[in-house]
Amino acid sequence: MTRDYSALVQDDRVHTALYTDPAIFEDEIDRIFNTTWVWVAHDSELPNKNDWITTHVGRQPVIVNRDKAGTVRVMLNRCRHRGATICEAKKGNAPGFVCPYHAWTYGTDGTLKGLPMPKGYKDFDKGDYTLVNLRVESYRGLIFATFNQDAPPLEEFLGRARPWIDLFLKQGGGYPVKVLGEHKFTFPGNWKIQLENTTDAYHFPIVHKSFLSSLDGDTGELFSFMDAGGYVEDLGNGHSVMVMIPELVDLEENLDEPIPERFAELADELRAEHSEDEVRRIVRAVTGSGFNVNLFPNLACSMAFFRVLRPLSVEETEVRHIAIGMDGGPAAANRARLRLHEHFQGPMGFGTPDDAEAWERVQRGSQAGEDSVWIMLNRGEDKTESNAGDVTAETGMRAAYQMWKRMMTA
Amino acid sequence: MSTLVATRDLALAAEFIALEADLLDNRDYAAWLALWVPVGKYVVPVNPDETNFEDTLNYAYDDAAMRSMRVRRLTSGESMSAAHAARTLRSVSRFRLLGHTEQGELQVRSAQQLIEYKFDRHRTYVANVEWVLRREGESFRIVRKVVRLLNGGDALAGITFLP
Repeated sequence: MTRDYSALVQDDRVHTALYTDPAIFEDEIDRIFNTTWVWVAHDSELPNKNDWITTHVGRQPVIVNRDKAGTVRVMLNRCRHRGATICEAKKGNAPGFVCPYHAWTYGTDGTLKGLPMPKGYKDFDKGDYTLVNLRVESYRGLIFATFNQDAPPLEEFLGRARPWIDLFLKQGGGYPVKVLGEHKFTFPGNWKIQLENTTDAYHFPIVHKSFLSSLDGDTGELFSFMDAGGYVEDLGNGHSVMVMIPELVDLEENLDEPIPERFAELADELRAEHSEDEVRRIVRAVTGSGFNVNLFPNLACSMAFFRVLRPLSVEETEVRHIAIGMDGGPAAANRARLRLHEHFQGPMGFGTPDDAEAWERVQRGSQAGEDSVWIMLNRGEDKTESNAGDVTAETGMRAAYQMWKRMMTA
Repeated sequence: MSTLVATRDLALAAEFIALEADLLDNRDYAAWLALWVPVGKYVVPVNPDETNFEDTLNYAYDDAAMRSMRVRRLTSGESMSAAHAARTLRSVSRFRLLGHTEQGELQVRSAQQLIEYKFDRHRTYVANVEWVLRREGESFRIVRKVVRLLNGGDALAGITFLP
């Protein structure tokens, strides 16, 4: 039975089956993750020619690499012979790829270079066995891939999210942004529960009370953003931005402000090798951005890190919290970034385990009353030219689900 | 050092490590905090082979202040995951005396098999644990505890206890 997807997503609510129906999940993999642009890596993960990492596009394992000519490629991690994965490690550097099963050997661009005992094949054309390359485009170091040759150009797809990505990358503090490491965890719940959460300010003071209690007074003040002029804005194509701390939207503004007490020691350390202007710029960058950009379907540029989700099944999702810092920047600043990341993020962070618990509870609770009770997204008015908006508005979720509907009914 | 002294050191360390395990399984966090020297570091690295914890990402890299805050989080009732914390049972074994620091502190490595129970399911966390223990009378205080989860580099789940 094919569901009428347009009936399952209304303007202010979605049907619970979106969290629970395995058939819907299969269609999502097909119509969303195998069809649109999916974020796969950041440039800094492939600094050199022949560098590679392994990851996934939707459920499909891929290799992301910088080939010997310097071009970033995304290829299915699957030998064209019998289907074995070519790479199982998380990352490496190699002048080519050799399948460990029968030693079919590929160049860094995926072309089949050689195989043992080729005479055993008749009319064999190596050109027919190149590793499957996906379409790849990147924006400001964010690398995306898609199976869809007809997808719009990436920049068009990102659209009005681009200026927010530009602002987010200012937390390099004058240096390029670099991946510093990642926390990875799974939760037993549907991927859209996490997608929603990145634009959900409403939960923050409730779910993250223990995190807020652990902050010093000034930082606690910063995170008390329920009534601080924030808002959520629909950026089109399912993307949205949630501004929580308006004074941290542009990290290159307000550099004359006094350095917060909690960063005084860091600032002193930086002054040994940096001018006062640089110190202020770096310290402000260490704080991170005051907003989350939610990019449909799998990436968020979230305050001070990348949040990446991967759907595993209708009720299992993997989430990565990728720490970022300053490439070539002062070690003390990057250490401060790492410690801030550890404080909130990851399986032992002061925030993530509570989020994960809430998401699991959503999945468990939505087993009840499936046909009669809906998931509500009706909170708050959207920001418009005439409306200031509300940081707790569920605008970002509404935007994502409208994109979901568009793609699922296309 | 004589074999006899080393054997005795290791036996005392094993007894101490078992005590620490019991305190954590029984969530006696106040007593656990008291086991530490003030400058002690509690580390759970992401990469189980990591040696430079300061410049890399960890699950926990706790000084005394972070340990206290972590315990407060687990016990305050403000955290929804900790309010329904997993129950844990850990076995510690395979104690080996690796040597001594310049200050004469013991360096010990042990195995830890931890099972958590929550929401009708068991999860297993297996780790090599490295200790630096400072002798204090007939017991010890912890200078460093590094929990190297075998699957630290993979996807974990929310951890509502102290490994």
